[in-house]
Formats: sequence, C-alpha cells, structure tokens
Amino acid sequence: MSDLKPYTSVSGRSKIVSDKKITWVERLYLPAILKGMTITLSHLLKHKATIRYPETKREFSEIYRGQHVLKRDDEGRERCTACGLCAVACPAEAITMVAEERKPGEENLYREEKYAKIYEINMLRCIFCGLCEEACPKEAIFLTPRIVNADYHRDRFIYGKDILVESMDNRVDVTKRQTPEVLAFKKEKNRKHND
Amino acid sequence: MEYQFILYKATLSIAILTVSLLIAMYSTLAERKLAAFFQDRLGPDRAGPFGLLQPLADGIKLFYKEEFMPASANKFLYILGPSLTMLVALLTSAVIPWGNSLIINGHEFSLQVADINIGILYVFAVVSVGVYGIMIGGWASNNKYALLGAIRAASQMISYELAMGLSIIAVVMMSGTLSIQKIVDQQAGFNWNVWYQPLGFVIFLVCALAETNRAPFDLPECETELVGGYHTEYSSMKLGFYLFAEYINMFISAAIISCLYFGGYHFPFESMLPVSHNILTIIGVLILFLKITFFGFVFMWIRWTLPRFRYDQLMKLGWKKLIPLAIFNMVITGFVIRLLH
Amino acid sequence: MKVYLFYFLCILALYSAFMVVISKKPIHTVLYLTLAMFCLGGHYVLLNAQFLAVVHIIVYAGAIMVLFLFTVMLLNLNKEGEFQKPALVQVAAMAAGGILMITLVGVLKQTDVVMAKDPTMTQIGLVSSLAKVLYHEYLLPFEVSSVLFLSAMVGAVLLGKKD
Repeated sequence: MSDLKPYTSVSGRSKIVSDKKITWVERLYLPAILKGMTITLSHLLKHKATIRYPETKREFSEIYRGQHVLKRDDEGRERCTACGLCAVACPAEAITMVAEERKPGEENLYREEKYAKIYEINMLRCIFCGLCEEACPKEAIFLTPRIVNADYHRDRFIYGKDILVESMDNRVDVTKRQTPEVLAFKKEKNRKHND
Repeated sequence: MEYQFILYKATLSIAILTVSLLIAMYSTLAERKLAAFFQDRLGPDRAGPFGLLQPLADGIKLFYKEEFMPASANKFLYILGPSLTMLVALLTSAVIPWGNSLIINGHEFSLQVADINIGILYVFAVVSVGVYGIMIGGWASNNKYALLGAIRAASQMISYELAMGLSIIAVVMMSGTLSIQKIVDQQAGFNWNVWYQPLGFVIFLVCALAETNRAPFDLPECETELVGGYHTEYSSMKLGFYLFAEYINMFISAAIISCLYFGGYHFPFESMLPVSHNILTIIGVLILFLKITFFGFVFMWIRWTLPRFRYDQLMKLGWKKLIPLAIFNMVITGFVIRLLH
Repeated sequence: MKVYLFYFLCILALYSAFMVVISKKPIHTVLYLTLAMFCLGGHYVLLNAQFLAVVHIIVYAGAIMVLFLFTVMLLNLNKEGEFQKPALVQVAAMAAGGILMITLVGVLKQTDVVMAKDPTMTQIGLVSSLAKVLYHEYLLPFEVSSVLFLSAMVGAVLLGKKD
C-alpha cells in the first residue's frame, strides 16, 4: 500500500462529490436560491463583455488568418508563378489556377516567366488554415487580418485575381507575418529557389 | 353629480389602462435589459437612447408580421383565446387602490376604479378565469405542442390557485375585511402585513410566479419541450397579446403583492410630512409604483437566476409543500388572533 | 338600466343553456356552460349578492368548468358525429330526464313567491350578513355539508391510490 493521497485538485476548487442525504435546511432550497440570486445580482453591475461593433471594433491579431492577398513585389510585379504548391497544400481544395507563359514585354507585370492567368479561391471552401501561405515558395500568397464579407450569392464567394491581387496604391502590409523565425522555417526545408 | 362621477371613473379607467399598457411595454424592455445585465451583456441599445424606443419597434414589428392562421384551427376560438387573455389581464386593475383620494373643489375623488367590498375575491375570480384564454387558444390551434402547453398551464394554474387563496385567507383573517382599500389602510405607516405574514408572503410570491407562467414555472411555454407552448401557432399581434398579457399580469401581481403585504401607497413616517392631503396622495402613488417596480425587478431577477422546474417537481411543490404550508400558516394565524383577542 | 341588464343576462343565459344541450362538439358544450355560469354570476350581482357571485365564478367557472374543459381536451372528444347509444339507454335517459323535469316543474308550482324581508337593505348579500346567517341559523347543515365534502375528498384519494 502506498501512502498516496486520493486525487487532490491542483486549482483547489474541485469538490469531492458525495451522495449523502441533504439536510432539512438544504431541502428548503431557500438558502441556495438566495445564494444564486446574490450571484446574479453581483453580475448586474459588472463590466459588460459586449463590444459595440460598428463604433468600436475588436482588435485583430497581426497574424490573424483572414482574406488572402496575392502580393506584388516592390516594382509592382505579381510574385505568383502558378506553381500550384498552394493548391496541393490546401486541405479544403479551395484553390484553383490556370498558368500562362509570360510574353515578351510583360516583364513589368509578372516577376517570373510563368504566371497565373486565373487564380481563384473559393471562400466558402476555405478553412483559413494558412497552409497555402506556408507552402508558397515565392512569398506570393498571404492571409491578412481582413474579414471575408458576407454576400447573398454563393458564386460571388469565388474570389478571382481582381479581388485577391493587391493594388500598388493600397498595399497590404504582411511584414508582421514574416518574422525571422518564419523566414528561417521556410529556408530549413531546402527552398533555395526562395532567394 | 351622477354624470360627473361616471365621467371621472371613465377617465380613471382609461388612465389606468394606458398606464398598465405602457408599463407592460416597458417591462419587455426592462426584462431584456436586465437579462442582458445579469449575463454581462448590454441588451437592446440601438433604438433610441438606451434602447428606449425598442418596445415601440417591437410593437410595430408585431403589427406588420403576417397574420397566419392554421388551416385546421377553429377560427372563432383561435381569435377568442388571445383576446380573452388580454381582457382578463386588464380586468384586475379595477380593484387595486392606486392611491389615496384627491380632494378637488371639496369633492373627494378616490384613485380606485371600484372599491368593491370583496376586492380580493374579485382578483381571485379574475385570476381563476385567466386560464380560459390560454386553454382555448392552445386547443383551437389544433397542434400537439399548443395543446400540451395549454393543459400544462391549466393544471399548473389550478394547482397554485389553491395555495394562493389559502395564503390570502390568512391576510383576510388578520385584517377582517375583503376590501383591498381597507387592507391597505390598515397597513398605514410601517405596519406592513409582511411582518406578520412572512410565510404567507413567500407562498404568495411563489404562487404569483406560477400564476403568471413565469420562470421557474414557465412550463406551459417551455421551449425545449414544447416549441412555443400554447402560443406555438400564433403570430402577429395575436402572439403579441399573449406575450403582452404576461407582462400585464406581472405588473398586476406586483401591485397586489405591494397592496396586500407591503402597505400599498402607504410609506413610513407619512403622517409626519408637512404637506397637504393631495400632495401626500401623489407621493403615495409614486411610492406604490416604486414598490411595484421593485417587485417587477424581483420577478425578472428570479427568472434570470433559477432554472425551470420539472413537471412532477412543480406539482409536488404545489400540492405537497405549498398547500400544507399555507394551511399551517392559516391555522397559526387563527390561533394567534384567538390568543390576542 | 337594471331591468335591461336583467333581460340581457336572461336571454344570454337561456341561449347558452340551450346551446349546451344542442351543440354537437363537446368543447362548445363546455364553453357554453361556462358562459351560462357567468350569466348566473351576473344575476347574483344584480341581486346585490357580490360575494355569492364571485364565489360562484371562482368555484364553477374557475375550477369546475376548467376541469371539464381539461378532460374534454385531454380525451379529444371533438368528434362531429353523433354518439349512437343503445336504444334502451336512450329510453332510460329520456325517462330520467322527464321525471326530473316533472319534479322541478311541480316544485316550482308549489312554491310561493318569496318576498325579500327588507328590500331596501343593500347589505344583504355582503360577506358579514351572509356569514351571520350561515354560522348562526344554519350552522349544523353547513358543518354537515363540509363533512360530506371531506368524505368525497377521502373517496377521491382512495380511488386515486387504488393502483
């Protein structure tokens, strides 16, 4: 026999349950009712957890996984090379794309020799896991702290390049997502073509 | 004088009706606000400042909702149900003394629509008839859930009427009158009945909760089991009548509790105030409304604290606990009265 | 004013009593009976017997008729069709009803028109005057009837406990 104590709670808040008969006073239930009512009364003046939405907005995390963005590089060229790694990584099969060869004279539009002519993400399928961002070798796709808006039609949830690709006058800041650890992680996997 | 009298009574009735309806309207807002506050939320605050226009918005919404009537429903009874519920809810306010009298140009005007000598029994009769609206509506809907809700309501109300009546009888024995006005006047100052009848008060409060079909006794509309209970098939303003009647009933119950146990419009040290009779009456009315507001708050407080009873527990509480307790209370009261005289 | 009210209540009471007999749906029968009870309560009020009126409504409309309604709803007796009873039962029912009616008519014919002792006294129907009569002149019958109720209650409990 070991002299181990029976289970003791770490937090000290657990109670040992017994099936003893309740006493006469307990059977009246009035003390218990009054106790419950004081608890609710104390909540009457407590701080309210509600955020009044349109006026105040909940603070987003810098690395919140919301609507995707297809980044351009500093010269305004699309980074995506339509390799399809994101589509392969996607567990929800939300990403489709059609690749096209860059024609002469389009060097200022596309960074790589191959680019995505059509790039679509089905926002109804997407689970916002971020695996596409992790898989991307070109630092082209990122998730951003933006909410995907509601809509009345299902087909409008298939976002094409018109929505996904960032515009140069209104660039999306993703520097917070590219911490040294993230960059090191991406290098670790022998993604030399990233450089 | 005769016409003046009738005119005055008519005005008073309309005023009381309007006030009851207004208070019922704002009780819905208070209920939602309090529910939210008890749960660390804010509640409706978009319609007007602090959501004060919310009841209006709700009313307009109910009016504009589709008036739906089940094809297999009994048309006449289907409409009769909510109408009867509303009518009965409004009837009780006639015998409640809202205040002492006002003296204008030497005439004394009582702030009670009808000071009938059997006021308490009248209240009791109206309450016992109140179950018809629910039963007729629930039956006429031709829906299982509605019928079950109606049957629950009926058996619950009959069961708790008994204990309620017995707890009132103790008060009547003490005061020796059935007129609510006289019972209130006997409690002038701080001589409230609740000091003499604490057990009776608790029984009455529990029964009032059960009679108004409010939590923890809201089994007739228990949504986890019965969808919406007796008003499952109702929509638009007919549903509104049912919901509204509940709040009016709550208001009236709070008024009756204040009158029977907490001195109605009387308040401590009122005879020491150096003001005229009329001003004292007006202060008394405000005090009564303060008491009513407090009990309305207690009703809502209980609703948002306690979980719903199980049906057999409800019946057990009514028949096996409250009725014997009420009889015991009555017997003790009788003994004490006999000893003192 | 009072006379018109009286006639109105009479017509309503007779109509609803009549409808109790002829309406085919059980639930309508119960509701008409309730209406008849209310009319009787109204008559009591006209006779200045408010206490009796209110007690009548509490006991009959508020308790007994609710139980009737309850039973009818629970059993769902809302069949439109006529309940066809055996011929013997029909004849027996008619005979019993007829005998009851003859008795009632005979009794009514025998009684004299009772004049109120003091028609100007408006306090006659109030609780205290009623109590004085009930607890002085008719104390024994009152107590005996309460024993009757007690035995009925015991019997009901016994029947309920049987199984």
